[in-house]
Formats: sequence, structure tokens, C-alpha cells
Amino acid sequence: MTARIGVVTFPGTLDDQDSLRAVRVAGAEPVSLWHRDKDLHQVDAVILAGGFSYGDYLRAGAISRFSPVMETVIEQAKAGMPVLGICNGFQILTEAHLLPGAMLRNNHLHFICRDQKLRVENTETAWTSDYSEGQEISVPLKNMDGRYTADDHTLDELEAEGRVAFRYVDVNPNGSLRDIAGISNAAGNVVGLMPHPEHAVEPLIGTGRTDGLGFFTSIIKKLVNA
Amino acid sequence: MPVARVVVDVMLKPEILDPQGQAVQRALPRLGFEGIADVRQGKRFELEIEGPVDEAALGRIHEMAETFLANTVIEDFTVKVEKAEESK
Repeated sequence: MTARIGVVTFPGTLDDQDSLRAVRVAGAEPVSLWHRDKDLHQVDAVILAGGFSYGDYLRAGAISRFSPVMETVIEQAKAGMPVLGICNGFQILTEAHLLPGAMLRNNHLHFICRDQKLRVENTETAWTSDYSEGQEISVPLKNMDGRYTADDHTLDELEAEGRVAFRYVDVNPNGSLRDIAGISNAAGNVVGLMPHPEHAVEPLIGTGRTDGLGFFTSIIKKLVNA
Repeated sequence: MPVARVVVDVMLKPEILDPQGQAVQRALPRLGFEGIADVRQGKRFELEIEGPVDEAALGRIHEMAETFLANTVIEDFTVKVEKAEESK
């Protein structure tokens, strides 16, 4: 069986092609999904790719959260379908309340673009099983609204349940609370993170490393063994 | 036909860091505006309403503000009706 992994394109999405390519490089069948289409075309998992959907005009991810495709994604995610939100995709997942908290403007107000070191804190999610706990990886980071925020109660709950999936190492690039770079939902099928693993799956581009490939090989193993 | 304006003001919750407001506040002394202890920046939506602004209409606007115009995880909002005017 070949896993079918969908990548949603909203108006303003930038990283859909890199995400589709990462899926193919990892060995699954990439499927393009259009934001106006409610149908997920029998995919086994969905990636919400990075970019600036609807220009982030109201808040990052706020308008795309109400796109027709999201009705189905929200329903299926609640039923257990794996969903990965990268950058703008993470913002959409918080706006859709599939993940707790919210994303705010970077504390220094600058757009940031750098290679970012992350520590993998949770390898139990659908998208992280190919990493080892505590492993440090380096993937590109590029965003304007990357400051993860939630109230103390939510943060304590995330920590207690091991749902902080990734933390920034060495430098916190945006003022994210408790150095949080990515989180998962309670079931572990929905994961969101600000940095971009899809830009680090081939040695010739990006960081020159393939540290991001584990996201895509993790989900393929999960789907094929399911 | 009477047209009313309803204003929805959205502000970051007090405990949320507002670096945009801080940047504005820091610029003020350079421009000669002294004595401003703090600035917070928000969003104002002006909604032109067709038809009466009755309880049902206000309920809908409140729902719109809560689900879409504001993200209540990080923001508070207020809804107020500005006086209805006769359109020409």
C-alpha cells in the first residue's frame, strides 16, 4: 500500500510544492487539495503548508480556517486522521481550535528567516516516531507571527501531558512561551510547528541536511502499518 | 432606509505582550510627545448594517465577533451601536 498524503493550497500558500515534494521524497503519494473543495480525495493524512493564506489580513490563519476544505479536515482530524500544520498551517490549526493557544506577531516585530535548532520532545505523535526523544534537529524557520501563546493553565497541561512536541534550542526566535516550537493534540494525530521540515528533506537544498525527512517517514510508517 | 453603524473594537488581552504598542510608545518621546506611560494597539471594525439593529441582529454581530473578528484566546472585544442615520 502506498500512503496518500494531501497538501492543501489556500490563496497565499507558499510551501505547498515543497510539502508535496517532501511527501514524494519520503515515499508516499502526494495529493494536491484545493481549499474550495470539501472533498479530501481519499487521502490518509493532510498537511496544511506554510505561507500567508488570505494575506494573514485579519489574523494569521483566521480566514482560511473557514474554507470549505477545513470543514472536512476538522471533522476528520477529530475522528483521528493525521494532520500536520507547518507555520501558517500551525496558525490555521490554532484558529480552528484543533490545537490550543494562539500565534502572535514575533516579539521583535521582524520577519525572521534562519536555520533553527529544535529538540524533539515527543516521539509518540503520528508525525514524530522516526525521531528519538531529545534528538536535536536543524530545519529552516521563516515567519512573522511565530510567537506561541496560551494561558498558564493550558501550558501546564501541555507540559504535563507531553504535548510540547518541539522546543527551540539555543535561541528563541520569536518570544514563544516556554520556547515552544510545536505541539500536538491529546490524541497525537494533529501536530503543528512553526519551523519548516519540508525544506530540509534533500541534502542539496536548504540547510544541506535532511533533518526534516523524519516527519514524512514517520507518517508513512504509521499509515502503512495501520 | 435606515442604516446603522455597529463598531466592534478588538484589543489584545491585558496580559498578552503587545510589541507593536510598545514600539509606538517608544517612538513617542523622540517625536516630542512626553508622558505616555503605555500604548496598546487594537483593531476597530465598522459594520454598516442593513435593516434594524435589534436584539437578534446584535446577537448575530456578537457571534461574528466571537468566532471570527476576535480570537478570544488572546483578544477581548466590545460591540457598540453608533446612532442610526437616515441614508440619502
